[in-house]
Amino acid sequence: MAKRIEAVGVTAYYGQFKAIENITMTIEPRSVTALIGPSGCGKSTFLRSVNRMHEVLPGARVEGRLTMDGQDIYDRAVDVTAVRRSIGMVFQRPNPFPTMSIYDNVVAGLRLNGLRKKSSLDDACEKALKNANLWDEVKNRLNKPGAGLSGGQQQRLCIARTIAVEPQVVLMDEPCSALDPISTGAIEDLIFELKNDYTIIIVTHNMQQAARVSDRTAFFSISQTGDPGRLIEYDITSKIFTNPGEKRTEDYITGRFG
Amino acid sequence: MTALPVTLRARRLPGFAPWAIAAGAVAVAYAAVYIGGLMGGGGFLALVAAVLLYLVGLGVIATRVEGSRAARNRIATSLIYSVVALALWPLVSVVWTLVQKGTSRLDADFFGHSNAGITAFDANGGAYHAIIGTLEQVGIATLITVPLGILAAVYIVEYGRGRLATAIRFFVDVMTGIPSIVAGLFVLAFWVYVVYPLYSPDGKPGYSGFAASLALSVLMLPTITRSCEEMLRLVPTALREGSYALGIAKWKTIVRIVLPTALPGIVTGVMLAVARAAGETAPVLLVAGGFDSINTDPFIGNQSSLSIYIYQQAGLGSQFGPPRAWTAALTLVALVLSLTIVAKLLARRSKLK
Amino acid sequence: MNPPTLPGSTQSAEPPDETVRPSGSAGGVPPRIVNHRANGRDTNVILGRRRRFGAEPVFRWLTTGSGLAVLLIIVAIGFFLVAKAIPALRANDANFFTYADWFPDDTENPRFGIRAVALGTVLTSFIALLVAVPIALGIALCLSHYAPKRVASTFGFVIDLLAAVPSIVFGLWGRDYFIDPVKSLSAWLHTYFGWIPLFGSDGPYGKSILLGSLVLAIMILPIVTSLSREVFRQTPTMNEEAALALGATKWEMIRTAVLPYGRPGILASVMLGLGRALGETIALAMTLGANYLVTFDIVGNSGNSIAANIANRFGEAGDLGRGALIASGLVLFAITLVVNVSARIIIYRRREFREAAV
Repeated sequence: MAKRIEAVGVTAYYGQFKAIENITMTIEPRSVTALIGPSGCGKSTFLRSVNRMHEVLPGARVEGRLTMDGQDIYDRAVDVTAVRRSIGMVFQRPNPFPTMSIYDNVVAGLRLNGLRKKSSLDDACEKALKNANLWDEVKNRLNKPGAGLSGGQQQRLCIARTIAVEPQVVLMDEPCSALDPISTGAIEDLIFELKNDYTIIIVTHNMQQAARVSDRTAFFSISQTGDPGRLIEYDITSKIFTNPGEKRTEDYITGRFG
Repeated sequence: MTALPVTLRARRLPGFAPWAIAAGAVAVAYAAVYIGGLMGGGGFLALVAAVLLYLVGLGVIATRVEGSRAARNRIATSLIYSVVALALWPLVSVVWTLVQKGTSRLDADFFGHSNAGITAFDANGGAYHAIIGTLEQVGIATLITVPLGILAAVYIVEYGRGRLATAIRFFVDVMTGIPSIVAGLFVLAFWVYVVYPLYSPDGKPGYSGFAASLALSVLMLPTITRSCEEMLRLVPTALREGSYALGIAKWKTIVRIVLPTALPGIVTGVMLAVARAAGETAPVLLVAGGFDSINTDPFIGNQSSLSIYIYQQAGLGSQFGPPRAWTAALTLVALVLSLTIVAKLLARRSKLK
Repeated sequence: MNPPTLPGSTQSAEPPDETVRPSGSAGGVPPRIVNHRANGRDTNVILGRRRRFGAEPVFRWLTTGSGLAVLLIIVAIGFFLVAKAIPALRANDANFFTYADWFPDDTENPRFGIRAVALGTVLTSFIALLVAVPIALGIALCLSHYAPKRVASTFGFVIDLLAAVPSIVFGLWGRDYFIDPVKSLSAWLHTYFGWIPLFGSDGPYGKSILLGSLVLAIMILPIVTSLSREVFRQTPTMNEEAALALGATKWEMIRTAVLPYGRPGILASVMLGLGRALGETIALAMTLGANYLVTFDIVGNSGNSIAANIANRFGEAGDLGRGALIASGLVLFAITLVVNVSARIIIYRRREFREAAV
């Protein structure tokens, strides 16, 4: 479990528009890396390049090299669905499948991969929900619709769904921005626990959250509108927030800009 | 413990493979069905066989090379495109036949003359009287239903409270589903055979263009009322309240502010209803009677319409009837489509949608 | 309650509407302002007299009258039709529902029944749905998820236009062109599958239930396609992305996120297509065999529907004959009513559910 992600010169386009340029960074296994920066500087674009969701949009493409434990995930011979199964994603707004029950939501990924045996699915469901800190709250209503939960519970359900397929890496795109502070706290605690088993990359607008949760932080920014986003600084979280090397990082952290 | 494979690499079918399989399927189907006459032979059957063979072949080969999930994905994509191709044939055929046969009588004669005195074995004859009929019948129906429908919709949305409004809405909804032939039958039994003879000089049943307008009105009224109602509901309440707060009377708010805002949507709804009415055959067949000469008076005497004309000419067993029918059909389709296209373009521009 | 007019103004002196800029919002009802001035002046002078015969009440009468008129028209139609149908039904010597033939104007022994025509209506619509729905769903899915945007948009527009083509054109095409391929198809079906009673007739082939049903299928294809396409397009993108992010292939994503979400909408559009098929008159009048045989043989020269029967028989119908046709028309109306109302209920219920889920 938990692999290393390495990006070398990653550049991503939406048609002709260059969204990010020349991103080079290494993300260590079993760590939490936060991507911070002002709106529109390409953090989400980079995140989506990691699990090859960026190319789903028509006209979008990625150049450069992205590897997971040395395997090039953009290689022609690679099956993109295998990449996405190994690199899971939690989205900004909780999005459980509305027509499915909680149980069906959690095991959706497993069913897609051909796992049919009820006992295996039951075990996997319980394990995933326990790991997502949701088991106690829903264990008696697994067959109720997934959409009937509160926002924070739905997001934990989505996390359970993601980790049920046992990925190596979990990507999170502003997972708490649609949630209240208590749910946010619950999810941050969860991220802390998940760190032991997964490599986590989290995009966040909330600098305090980045400071609380991550081991390393990457600061993205753009020089002016229309320019591609670039990686300005990438270092251990405590250093970024107390003694950043770049002036632009410092400006952003202290609120002078962004 | 679930043990799921972690390798990222997977075997892939080379790019040319689907084409090769397709070629193979076509060859086999051609040989077996077309030439060999398997199951009766014939070009169409060979095509169907080729498609089936292709899907099966693709499925088998892809499953062996790429795995069942990827194979199912490929089959689904191919199946969907095949279905589209299958559906294209009749739809294109309808359009093609319409254009091909419809241009046979596209001459000035056709549009300038009526069918007076033309028998089934005459090469001439035209649809002038039918065009007049359609325009008059639909025109009168529009004149009746548009004001009534808009005002009724205004009542439902702006003034209606309680039981009456609910009852009206309910019955309007029910009426949108009335089969067109039943509407025609109603006007036949009511107007043509009961009301008109009471007031006409000779007491004969009153087939007329106006009767057709009545039948069309029965069909158009619920549709127009409903679509106006929906358009009026889309106008933001804030617009009305702002007007009231300035001291403008309610009726004036409706007439000067609400209706103009909803107008593009209302016009779209009316045009679509008119397009549908112009194409209706069954109800007008029942009550307008059909007539070969020009009758510009919609209130007295039989009148034809494009749709009746088509039906009658198509029913003639000769070689001259159907061409007239087809050209009339082309004219009717041109009329209906023009209205529909303009209505849809207008809807796209409308801000409320 | 009318909003107050400016003091001392007449109708014509109201503020010009062209300068009105709607701003802000109060409650839903124009506010009632009460004058509390204690100097004894008549409040009516300050606020303006409420008019009895001004434009506002007239307009309100006008709209109420229209609403009432519409209601009365509809109710009157219903009453009249039922009133006309009853004498014919009473005079009927045969059982209206189980008798198959049609002789309502036989003065000695009027008898008519909807068995044949009702069966034909249901059978042709059912076959039409069976053929059209899978194809329509396939096209809709292709347009919403597989085809490139530009192609899908043009194609979708064309399909919308096809839905507006009058049914007589399809009837004409069916009778003049499509009848030949269907003849070959009927012969083929009989040769290889003749042991199934559906294809039992051995010709000569011509107008048949098969021809009518297929023409009907082609007619309802555009409308079911456009409605379904709308439904598929409305699938929330985030659910599609969630499925893809779990490692689903495109087809699996559609199976997981698009189809389940769209099920009620698809059902509604199918029912609306069914409603149109049931009420179709002229296309069937031109392509069905128009006799009163009660049979499931779809390739033989038979077939009739309630609507086609009305179209074929109205000309020679006497008073009782018209009443009989009206009675059958009412049955048809009842069937289509049930179908349309069910579709509307499904849409309504779905909208609430969807709104709650978000």
